[in-house]
Amino acid sequence: MRNIKASAITQAVARLCQEANFVLGEDVLAALKQALKTEESPLGREVLSRLVENAKIAQKEQLPLCQDCGTAVVFLEIGQEVHIIGDLYAAVEEGVRRGYAQGYLRKSIVNKPFSARINTKDNTPPVTHIEIVPGERLKITVMPKGAGAENTSKLAMLKPGDGRQGIIDLVVKTVDEGGGSSCPPLIIGIGIGGTAEKAMLLAKKALLRKVAEPNPDSEIAELEREILAKVNALGIGPLGFGGRTTALAVHAEVMPTHIASLPVAINLQCHSARHKEAVL
Amino acid sequence: MVYTARDAAHQRLTQALEKGERLPFDLKGQTLYYMGPSPARPGQAIGAAGPTTSRRLDTYTPHLIAAGIRAMIGKGSRPPEVREAIKKYKAVYFVTIGGAGALLSKSIKQAEVIAYEDLGAEAIRRLEVKDFPAIVANDIYGGDLFEQEKAKYQRGKK
Repeated sequence: MRNIKASAITQAVARLCQEANFVLGEDVLAALKQALKTEESPLGREVLSRLVENAKIAQKEQLPLCQDCGTAVVFLEIGQEVHIIGDLYAAVEEGVRRGYAQGYLRKSIVNKPFSARINTKDNTPPVTHIEIVPGERLKITVMPKGAGAENTSKLAMLKPGDGRQGIIDLVVKTVDEGGGSSCPPLIIGIGIGGTAEKAMLLAKKALLRKVAEPNPDSEIAELEREILAKVNALGIGPLGFGGRTTALAVHAEVMPTHIASLPVAINLQCHSARHKEAVL
Repeated sequence: MVYTARDAAHQRLTQALEKGERLPFDLKGQTLYYMGPSPARPGQAIGAAGPTTSRRLDTYTPHLIAAGIRAMIGKGSRPPEVREAIKKYKAVYFVTIGGAGALLSKSIKQAEVIAYEDLGAEAIRRLEVKDFPAIVANDIYGGDLFEQEKAKYQRGKK
């Protein structure tokens, strides 16, 4: 049994909010640099090189990579042996509040979403997902999720008969509709199976995987490869300016589902793929 | 010099136009940059300052062009109605580097809130820009950068 104080969680969340907004992941940066080598479109290459430059400036000057510092999506993996002293949700919320204030990050959350839309001024509330796991560690991941790509998310309750091809067609159509607005090159998160809300969560969690790491299941990895090829054949390219690099990777997470269902969720991640983690 | 305006500002400007109310600045011949910055640190002119998605502003854009706006900077493509207004009134739609918030902040030398301060990041700001990277996406000749380039790199079209 381990005690973890809520204040430690707050501190970690505050730090991770800032780190995630200033420092692009090594894997994302490497993928962008690799794309620079393979992209055929001159405009596409221009965009990619500016994005690499942007990452350098952001880290050096502690400026947000993107002015949309996103909704703070916080994943907590809590070991069964952990005993939290204090209010967990309040601790996470306070961490976001502090991180966004200290880091000069943009406060982009409004309440009353269908009426007055009044800014909450501190980027709270976060969106928190909690899982209980074996052990005595507490792992925190903060993912600032911007609205550009998030707004192109999709959920479709396909018919079992739509099958594998139905999934491929849906993903390609969704990316095509997003066009340049979702800020390609994208990382495409796909959730298949479960129920409607579970599929959407799988799709988002899929974005946490190391860029272009295939699913360990060979059948799923094959689906990921085929979707990536078809998406890149669209020709949308970096920021929609044309090219071969419309997506850097496709990550699919799959679970069993109902005999009558084939839920397919798509969560797009723009090139500003931001997430940082810490273990307490 | 450009003026920033996103969703909330577009709504207010359009409503003011409809009601015949005085606008916070003279639209004629001006450029709108669809952008809401992150807060500036002390000593910085502005925080991260990349474009927001233009298509959310499509319903307002023809009205603002008709009222005098001659250029817009954003990201992503525009629909036929906006492209028609651009042709008709001889305006231009530029796109800049979406997601390059830190890089683009370097091209902004001065920033001042001039209206709708209560909107925070969504307030209207007057910006002085220098060496700001932008490409023409739609102009008076009716072309579209996105369609044009996608066609070049598309493979295996049905």
